[in-house]
Parts: sequence; C-alpha cells; structure tokens
Amino acid sequence: MLQQLEQLKSKALQELTSINHPEQMESWRVRYLGKKSELTRILRSLATLPVDERKAVGAQANRVKADLADGLRQKEQALREMQLAASAQEERIDITLPGHPFPIGRLHPITQTLHEICSIFASMGFQVVEGPEVEWDHYNFEALNIPKEHPARDTMATLWVDFKTDSGQRPMLLRTHTTSVDIRIMETTPPPLRVVIPGKVYRYEASDATHTPMFYQIDGLVVDEGITMADLKGTLYEFARRFFGEDRKVRFRCDYFPFVEPGAEMAIECSVCGGKGCRLCNYTGWIEILGAGMTHPQVLRNGGLDPQVYTGFAFGMGVDRLPILRYGIDDTRLFYSSDLRFLRQF
Amino acid sequence: MKIPFKWLQQYIDITLPPADLANRLTMAGTEVKGLEVIGGSWENIVIGRIIAVNPHPNADRLSLPTIDLGTEQHTVVCGAPNLMVGDKVAFAYVGAQLIDGYTDKLSTLKPAKIRGILSSGMACSEKELGISDNHETIMVLPPEAPIGIPVADYLGDTIFDLDVTPNRPDCLSVVGIAREVAALTGQSLHLPQVSYEEAVPPIDQQISVEIDAPDLCPRYCASLITGVKITDSPKWLQQRLLACGIRSINNIVDITNYVMLEYGQPLHAFDYRRIRGNKIIVRRPTPGEAMVTLDGVTRILSENMLVIAGGEGAVAIAGVMGGADSEVTPETTSILLEAANFNPASIHYTGRQLSLPSEACMRFERGIRPELTIPALKRATQLIIQLADGKAARGFIDVYPGKLDREPILLSVGKVKTLLGVDFSLDQIVTALTSLGFDCKMGDSASEVLVSAPYWRSDIHQAVDLIEEVVRIIGYDNIPVTMLSQPLPRQNPEPILALKQKVVHSLIGYGFQEVITYSLTSLEMLSKLLPEPHPLEPAPLRLANPMTADQEYLRPNLRVNLLAALSANRRHEDGGIRLFELGKVYLPRPDDLPDEPEVLCGILSGPGFEKSWQGEAEPVDFYTAKGVVETLLSQLGVEASLEHCQDETLHPGKQASIVVADGSLGVVGELHPKVARAFEISEPVYLFEINLTALLPYTVGHRMFQPIPRFPAIVRDIALVVDAGITHQKVLNIINSFPLVSQVTLFDVYTGEPVPPGKKSLAYRITFQSPARTLTDKAVDNVQQQILAKLSHDLGATLRTQN
Repeated sequence: MLQQLEQLKSKALQELTSINHPEQMESWRVRYLGKKSELTRILRSLATLPVDERKAVGAQANRVKADLADGLRQKEQALREMQLAASAQEERIDITLPGHPFPIGRLHPITQTLHEICSIFASMGFQVVEGPEVEWDHYNFEALNIPKEHPARDTMATLWVDFKTDSGQRPMLLRTHTTSVDIRIMETTPPPLRVVIPGKVYRYEASDATHTPMFYQIDGLVVDEGITMADLKGTLYEFARRFFGEDRKVRFRCDYFPFVEPGAEMAIECSVCGGKGCRLCNYTGWIEILGAGMTHPQVLRNGGLDPQVYTGFAFGMGVDRLPILRYGIDDTRLFYSSDLRFLRQF
Repeated sequence: MKIPFKWLQQYIDITLPPADLANRLTMAGTEVKGLEVIGGSWENIVIGRIIAVNPHPNADRLSLPTIDLGTEQHTVVCGAPNLMVGDKVAFAYVGAQLIDGYTDKLSTLKPAKIRGILSSGMACSEKELGISDNHETIMVLPPEAPIGIPVADYLGDTIFDLDVTPNRPDCLSVVGIAREVAALTGQSLHLPQVSYEEAVPPIDQQISVEIDAPDLCPRYCASLITGVKITDSPKWLQQRLLACGIRSINNIVDITNYVMLEYGQPLHAFDYRRIRGNKIIVRRPTPGEAMVTLDGVTRILSENMLVIAGGEGAVAIAGVMGGADSEVTPETTSILLEAANFNPASIHYTGRQLSLPSEACMRFERGIRPELTIPALKRATQLIIQLADGKAARGFIDVYPGKLDREPILLSVGKVKTLLGVDFSLDQIVTALTSLGFDCKMGDSASEVLVSAPYWRSDIHQAVDLIEEVVRIIGYDNIPVTMLSQPLPRQNPEPILALKQKVVHSLIGYGFQEVITYSLTSLEMLSKLLPEPHPLEPAPLRLANPMTADQEYLRPNLRVNLLAALSANRRHEDGGIRLFELGKVYLPRPDDLPDEPEVLCGILSGPGFEKSWQGEAEPVDFYTAKGVVETLLSQLGVEASLEHCQDETLHPGKQASIVVADGSLGVVGELHPKVARAFEISEPVYLFEINLTALLPYTVGHRMFQPIPRFPAIVRDIALVVDAGITHQKVLNIINSFPLVSQVTLFDVYTGEPVPPGKKSLAYRITFQSPARTLTDKAVDNVQQQILAKLSHDLGATLRTQN
C-alpha cells in the first residue's frame, strides 16, 4: 500500500511538470485530488486496514496529499506568472504616440535670474529688501551725492512724474537705480546692515536691441564697523564664482560713482571670445557686470550714520544683462514683449 | 575723449606698447574704450621724394614721376595734377594694401601697364591711405619727412578713446592723461615750455573786465594779441584736431581747441574790435535778453545763465557758445583771448536748457580748477604768436573773486587700512600720492601725512579721496580678497517677499506663464478697458517727460498689459494661453508718492489642455478661473467668499469679487465682450486679480494639525430639484450646517427634461463622519432626513426621483 502511494505520488508529480494549461490543471486535480481519485479512495479505505498498518498508511497518504496539493499550488503560481509574462509579451502600444500634454508654467527668465542672485547673496547672510519705484529726487539723487546739475545725472536720464510742489519744484521721479533704497534702509534700520535690493528701474532712453526704458537692477549694501574694500572684493568675487563659474576670470578696477569712494567696477572675461576681443565685449575682452565701492562718508551721514564709526560698501548690477549673456539673447526688448515664443525657451 | 598716442609721447616717455598702457589706464579709473590704429595696414609704403616728372608719351593727363627712396628709384604712372619735383610723397610698393578710390575697400596693389607704360608701385593719395576722402591729389608730406622710412613710422598713430569719469575733468586733456601715465609708469613728464615776448602797451590799458556775478564766475583771465593773420592752420595742427574728432576752422579757433585738448581749459577768442567800449562785464542776462550765437541761432537767455557782455550787450554765453557778432573772421586782426572759470551747475543748466552740449561745456560742468586758466592762456597766446604772426600785449587780465585756499588733508596709515583692509606703509602711500603731483608733509606722528592736492585736481576733498588715489596707483589687484567676517545681522524678512515667492510658484504649478510688462502705458490703452467711454477715476499718474505717447502713464492695473499680451500672442498661438504677472500698480495719493501695492493678475483663454489625439479639450470657462483663485487661496490658507460685484471691464453676469474678512481684495470673471473686441480678442477671456499687499495679513500664521479620522465614513449621494435661481452656495451652507457632515461635493448640475422648466437639479455627494465613533446607517439616515427637511423648508428643494 505504501509502495502504491509512493508510485501514485511520483506519477502525479511527473504529470504535473508537463502541464502548461489551466484546463489540464483542473483535470489533473480531479484525477489526483478529486473525490473520485485514487488517493481519496485510499484514504476512505483506511478504516478497512489493520490498526498498525492503518496508522502508517494514513500518515503516508496524508503526506502524499499535502505534497500533491503543494505541487498544485506551486504549479498554479508558475502558470499564472507564465500567463502574465505571456500576456505582457503580447500587449503592444505605439509608444511613439505623443503623451498627454500638461500645461507648463514657467517663471520669466528675469525672475529666475533674480531668484538665483538673491539665493547666492542670501547664503552670504544678505537679506532681500525692496523699496518704492516712484521715488523722491532726494533718495534717488540728492542724498547720494548727486545734486541738481551734477554731470552724473546725465548718465541716468530720468523720467519725471508730473507733480509739482507749491514752490514749483518737480521732486518725484521713477527711480533710475535701486541704490535709491540705500538711504531709506539706513534711516530705518540700525547697523549692522547686509541687504540686497532687487527691482525695476527706469531711464529716459529709447528702446533698441540693447536698451529698454525699464529694466531690473539689484543693489547691495553692507554697513558695519570694520567693513573693508577687501570684503567688498571678496563678496563680489564669491558672487561671480558662483554665478559665472569657477574658471571665469574677473577684473576689479577703479571707477567712479558719486555715492562711493573709492569706487570700483567688476568685469568678467567675455564669454564669446574668451578675452581675445569681439563685438560683444567691444573688443576689450571684458564685460562690465557691476559698479561698486566703499559707501561715501557723506552718504553714510545722509543716512544718519557716523562715518567715524561705520564703514560700508555698496554695489549695483543690471540684471537683464545676465540672462542675455548666459543664453545669448540678441535683443533685450524681448524680455518685456510677453512673446510666448521667447518665454517658453526658459 | 580721443588722444593720439604720439601726442601723449610728446609729454611723457612711454616704454609700454599702447595696448598695455591702455590696460593700465583702464585699471586706474580712466577706461580706454577703444584703440584705433592709424596706419596699421601701411606695410610696403615708404617716404620718397619726387626727383623728376616726365610726361606720359601716350596720355596728356598722365605723367611719369621718378621717386627717390634713398637706396633706389622708381618711375611710376600717375594721374594726379599736383606732382612737383622736390615734394615728399608716400610711395607704395607692389603688394601694399591700399583703399581703392572707387570701391572704398582695401585691395592689394598689383603691377599695371597704363597706356603702354608699366607702373610698379604708386604715389598715394590721402584716401588711399585712409587719412581723408581726398583722392584728387597725391598726399604731400612735410619737407622734413625722412626719405626711405616706412610711412607708418612717420604718420601712423594709435588713437586712445577714453571714457573719462565725471569727477576727473583734468583727464579731459592730453597733459592730464600724461600725468596719469607718469604716475602709473614712473616716467617723468616734460610739459611744453611756454615763453614769448610781450609788446607794449599793457593789456589793462586796452580792456577792462568786471565780474558782476562772482558766484557764477570765480575767475576771468584774458590776453590780447594784435596784428594776427587769420589763415588755415598748419597741416599737423589740422590733423591732430581731426584725430581728436574736432573739425578745423582757422588758425585762431584751432589753437583755442588745441590748447583745450592739451590743458583741459576751454578758451574763447573774441574779435577784439567787435567788443564795444573796451570793457567786458560778466553778468547774468537781463530779463528777456537774447543774442545770436555763432551758429546763427537767436537764443533767449534766462536769469540762471551767464553772459560775457561788451559795451553793447552780450558777446558770448559764458562757457557755452560765443556770439556771432564777435566771432573771429578772416578780417580779424586783434584777438581777445579768454580763459575763464565758470560755475559748473550753471554751465550744465545752460548747456541743457539751450541744447548746446560742447567740449567746453563738458569740461566746465565737471568743475575744472580756476588755477588752470593762466597756464592755458599763456600756451594759447604763445601758439597764436607762433602760428598767426601776432604780438601779445603786456600782461594779462586776471579777475579772481573766487580764490579759495585749500586746506591740506590729514591721512593716516590706519585710516587706509580701515577702509581697504590692507596694510600700505606710509612710504608706499607717499610715493603713490607724490607720483600724482600731491604734496605730502609729515604729520604729527610717524604714521600720518598732511596732503595737498595739486592745483589741477578738483576732486580731492577728504581722506577717502586720497585713499582711492593711493590704491588705484598701487593697483586694485593688490587689494586682498576677504569674506565678510562680522556677525550676521539680524534678519527681518519682509513677509510680502515670501508671499510673492509662494504665489509665483503656485501659478506656474497651475500651468501659467509669467510675463513682465512695462509699468508705463497710455490713456488710450486704459480706455480700452471701459465698455462705455468715460474719464478714468482716479486719473492715473502721469509723467512730465514721457518718452513716447504709449508710455505716458503709470499703470493703475495689470490687466491692461496682460490683455495686450494675450492679443499679441494670439497672432501666432492657437492653443490655450495662461499668463500671469505679479507686479506693482501705481495709485496716486495727494502730495505723496503713489501707493504701490503688489498685484497678481492672471488671464486664461482657449482650451484647458493642449489639443491631443486623445480627444478635444474643453475650453476654459469662468469656473476654471475661479478654480485657480480658490486653489491659490486655499494653498495660502485664506478663507474667502466670492460675491457678486460690478467691475465694468468684466461681463456683467459672469464676475465675482473675492471677499476676505468683508473686504474685496480682487475679482474673477469673464472679460466684457466689448472690451475683448477693443483688444482685438475674438474668444472668451477669463481674468483674475488679487491685491497681494491687501491679502498679506490674512496669509500669515498657520493652520493647526487635524487628526486623521479613525472611524469610517459613510457616503451618500442626493439629487435635489430646486428653483433655477437658488445658488449652490445656499444649498451648501445648509448641508454644511449639520455636524456629522465632513465633506460635500457637487457632482452634477442639470436642467432640461425631465426636470420641470424653471427648475434645476443639483447632485451632491455628502460624506458623513464622526471623530468619536463608527456611524450606523440608521444614524446617517436620520441626519440625511433632517438635511432634506431643512432644504425643503428653507429652499423648497425636493428630492429628485428616478422615473
């Protein structure tokens, strides 16, 4: 009997291995584990066996039943997986059909640039502040050592607001630089100061490929005890390294702005010619990026600070120029055209 | 300013190549914008002398000059009429690069047979060398030109194009730049030696000068030269002026310009005989005074200007332009030469008011020193005697009411270190300053020095000015690079900045493209926003000097520019467009700067998604725009309600005001069809606007955490039939008023069969949930009955039955 069970098991398991369809599985199950199967018959006939044999055969028959059921489960599992694999093999779509398009929103390239600049300065401890775009002559010029009839006013042709005081003065203007916020900050916030001031500025200038009457600037202002020109250089070099890259050469030279002394200008090596000289850099090899300098003692005084105690530095940079250089944009008017064919490229 | 390298070399020995010198000047503050090389292409062109001129055997108009180059002689064919034996000319060998007289392009000279005679080489015209447009005659060089040497060595030059900063009028001169070069290179200066004989009688017996307005004229100097002959200037003088961009007029005017370029002091030459009464008065114009200037234009003068007047009225607008009356003409024989100093602001004002910018104006308005007058006057007088045969009267007129002594400035090593962050020794400091002509005297301690600026410098007032001088001469490259080491200042970020960041990132997440438009617009554009024309109230802020009519007013809203942007983009875009701008609008306030709130404005039009093979996308509608607003406000944690409003730019039946805490902070709606037409937009446009500055107070803070529900929810769908006038909001408010209701979603709105006319069906999915227990169907049934009862009682709603 035991031998019969053993033969039954090996026959059933052998048949199981050759099965590869779910229908065959079912007939195999009926044949070996069904109510009319030989195994069931043996199990039912246990009662007819002598006691000592019954125990051995019973145990053996149940083991065989468990093994067959186990084999069936495994086979079923294997068959299911085979089937899944086969159906996955068969299913095909045209993967070259276009995907379902989601509407994409983008930030304006100038906003992107401003975020990048501000985050670089924020990492050096600068706080972002803003100020009014329509401004008094006092904050834009007078308090920055640019009195009326100063030649520096000619380099910042001004749009004036149609507003006259009782004395006939016309003191309201569209700010020509974000430096206009410097005095406001000094007046309201005691040092130490470490701020950047992004925003729109305006000039009385005809539009062409390199000029627009409105553009963006970002100014910086640091005031504390012991601020030096070496700190100014370090701050600007760090900005240049992170914005323009490690290998870009930087030039730091003497320049003049009425609200700083000593004054400086920073330029980077021309990206187009690599410093050899080309049309973009006006054959100098350098592209001017920003003006800077040590805050003039009179400007500190105008802001209510004592130049005997405090020193400071300031810098100002045109923002529009940076994406122009980075992306090779040939017409600065495109920034304010709202043309989607332009804006979608960034 | 343009300065020829060779002119500079007259005053200073320069061992650096021009490009290196340019770099040094640029680094030290005087930017060299460009270097123009004259004669850079003059290879194979040498100086020769005509030793014979024979006629061409086959052509009357051509001749055969023989040119001696010292070691060799060449006979060429030439068509110029001015060939004279003994003249020095520029001889070009075959292979030289010359400008073709007809095509104006550079071409290589080839041997040519002209009327049977072979010509190898040629005598050049000025045009062929690129010096001028003269192609009719060959260029004749001065008799002292050395034979055989390259023309480039003799005539070639490099022109420095300098961008002089407004604080350095002394650098608007060749001598000024020579001083800079001396300081930067350590070479010594050799300035022109000026001396001449003076004749009797003395000048003060022939003319007197009175300054009526000493605030506008600190100093007035003059010399008198009689017996002058007005002619053309010598060639070298004409060419020098030309190289600097100044046209030659006659010898006298050219000398005044030459000395202005040389010393930086503008000069003016009057015809002495045209100054009536032998008297000059420097005064403000009388009310309504007018005069005819050199250019023949009658100028009306105002009281803030300054005139030079003779016995019979103004003869010049001081420092700006001379009068036609006293102009130097070919008949002039006596010159009154003026070298004066004028108030910079007054000159700047006058130059701008009369639109007469000039080289003289540019120097005066930057504040040149009064001490410059005498050296320049002497130099010009000397040149007039040399080049115009004049005799100078003895002495000068020198009226100097504005003489001020300048105090020396104390500079310490410590102060230099404090500002620059680098230790320069007293020795280095003194060396740098001395090289620029500063006078340094030892101070009270060994680390201090008392510094006096040289007379030509007008920009030195305090220690920081000296520090800049020191560091620009030692070199900005010697400033170390350090990072800020002070403790970080306390940060007080402005909350509006964070809100703006959040909002723009949300908007791009919803598929909106950011645009930035000009803050300036026109009444015409703003009027397009009005379906019925009427004056704008309040009137937007106007510019006093707009560039163009379409940029005359500061925008009072963003929508005007966004609609223009949409309209412009529609010319090439047929898909859905979603634009937004976040920026300031400018709202006038009496006697103050305008209010500048930060506003968000978005517009949508066209399909909600791009056209796809998976089916046509529905166009956006009012509810898309409203959805953007609701989603944004929900992201910002703001509770808002949308209420009826009347914005004339929007469709009267499809607009809502965004109300937060009883105040309207914005609007959402469909554009009024008439407004759309005014912007040439032919499709429905939806727009929303939110005043972020006003919204800000409601966005700060945070919401508290809500525990995740532990007990299951039960969901019920109900379909109601209500009068068509009943709003969703009313139904929603009633359903939400029951405590077990946790969420209500409207999922269908239907009118038409079988819903009776005048009615509509609203279908809601209501989620019931308790934070405390598992709800039973029975409990939910109970609440649902109460809801229906209240809806029926309050709104006359009935349950829609299937039939």
